[in-house]
Amino acid sequence: MSIPADLKYTQSHEWVRLEADGTVSVGITHHAQELLGDMVFVENPTVGRRLAAGQECAVVESVKAASDVYAPVAGEVVAVNEAVESAPERINQDAYAAWMFRLRPDNAADLNGLMDAAGYQAQVESEAH
Amino acid sequence: MLKQTPLNARHREAHAKLVDFSGWEMPIHYGSQIEEHHVVRREAGMFDVSHMLPVDLKGEGARAFLRRLVANDVDKLQHTGRALYTCMLHEGGGVVDDLIVYFMTESWFRLVVNAGCVDKDLAWMEEQRRRYAPELEIKPRRDLAMIAVQGPKAAERLWQALPGSRSLTERMKPFYAVLVGEMFVARTGYTGEDGFEIMLPAKAAPFFWQALLEAGVKPCGLGARDTLRLEAGMNLYGQDMDEATTPLESGLAWTVDLTGERDFIGKDALLRLPRERQLVGLVLLDRGVLRAHQKVFTPAGEGEITSGSFSPTLDASIAFARVPVGVAVGDEVEVEIRDKRLRARVVKYPFVRNGKVLV
Repeated sequence: MSIPADLKYTQSHEWVRLEADGTVSVGITHHAQELLGDMVFVENPTVGRRLAAGQECAVVESVKAASDVYAPVAGEVVAVNEAVESAPERINQDAYAAWMFRLRPDNAADLNGLMDAAGYQAQVESEAH
Repeated sequence: MLKQTPLNARHREAHAKLVDFSGWEMPIHYGSQIEEHHVVRREAGMFDVSHMLPVDLKGEGARAFLRRLVANDVDKLQHTGRALYTCMLHEGGGVVDDLIVYFMTESWFRLVVNAGCVDKDLAWMEEQRRRYAPELEIKPRRDLAMIAVQGPKAAERLWQALPGSRSLTERMKPFYAVLVGEMFVARTGYTGEDGFEIMLPAKAAPFFWQALLEAGVKPCGLGARDTLRLEAGMNLYGQDMDEATTPLESGLAWTVDLTGERDFIGKDALLRLPRERQLVGLVLLDRGVLRAHQKVFTPAGEGEITSGSFSPTLDASIAFARVPVGVAVGDEVEVEIRDKRLRARVVKYPFVRNGKVLV
């Protein structure tokens, strides 16, 4: 599966989409869900929580293992996706549609520090070797 | 360098995700572990379990030797092909391994042991053989592959793939085995469903796998095998019991025969040691996933989860936990998951048998 060019990525396998209202949606990448296998549990941060960049803030669990999800940038949680919490398999079905939570970044410029699709592609390839 | 089974090329062709399992390159799933789990509960799936080792015990006096070597009493095996699940203990009562013993003749018993325990098991058995029965021969059978066909449609599809096996296995009850030409066909398994475990020459394994595939049996990985056995209430060596725990505190008292005069290795310790812990089943009441090593808090004291996962059949998280005696079925306990305490109910396992939820 190709890595969407319109998203930003973290080294810890989150994808980040800048929405029209200036908030960002966060999910885990197709590659990450492939490594984890069938998803069975999602725990999101509570709305209103303030997060530092790189802070552990959510958990995804597959049948196989639990994995932490990190805040890609500093900000405040403004929404969580309850549809994904009640049907975690949506992450397996379409990882880039299954956003987990939305943040209002403290500083929009922080997004520039994240990887683009080519950078993430290179990371995935280097991890495969 | 990981060891490969004779079916490795078939797994690669099927795009299996391969992982290191006790030094073997084994399929964890072929796409979706949960779908594979359901296939076994509803139809028929097959597992490559060639990493497990059949060991033949040959010679006069094999029965007497086994009566000493293992905790269950092989005198329960009086009919050709009869199988027995048991543990092999060390002197202190800890579990060296769990295994199935098949009785074929008075001078041929077959044992099947865990892949991760092969070296120590063979060393332990060899030591006991030299001590108690030097005339016997212990033959590891790495020349054999092993395929488990499991599910409510396993028999039907096995007969389709191997028509010659039908007359010999049709009336065969669970925990019996029979030779079908070069194949050793046992009505045993690790899923809680009907099915067979088939040992056959390594060279024949890829052809037999293909025949099963054509009969509609779906390849399933060791991931599904683990959730199936957990639902079925079956222990996993290294998690639910090991050398530091006895069978009595691992839910395996039913596999230990303490009656009569028979002396077996570990018996004295089992009779002497106080029984303070027991293995129980848990169903998580809150949202989350139970995992091995999570702490369990009960009114009778602390315990620990030994195996835990998501149960596809129950659509809930389930576990085995070792807790103090005094904890009873129906009790509500707490499990610590990432600094939170979640509620779980103590249940009598198995959780699922023959496709039916029992808890």
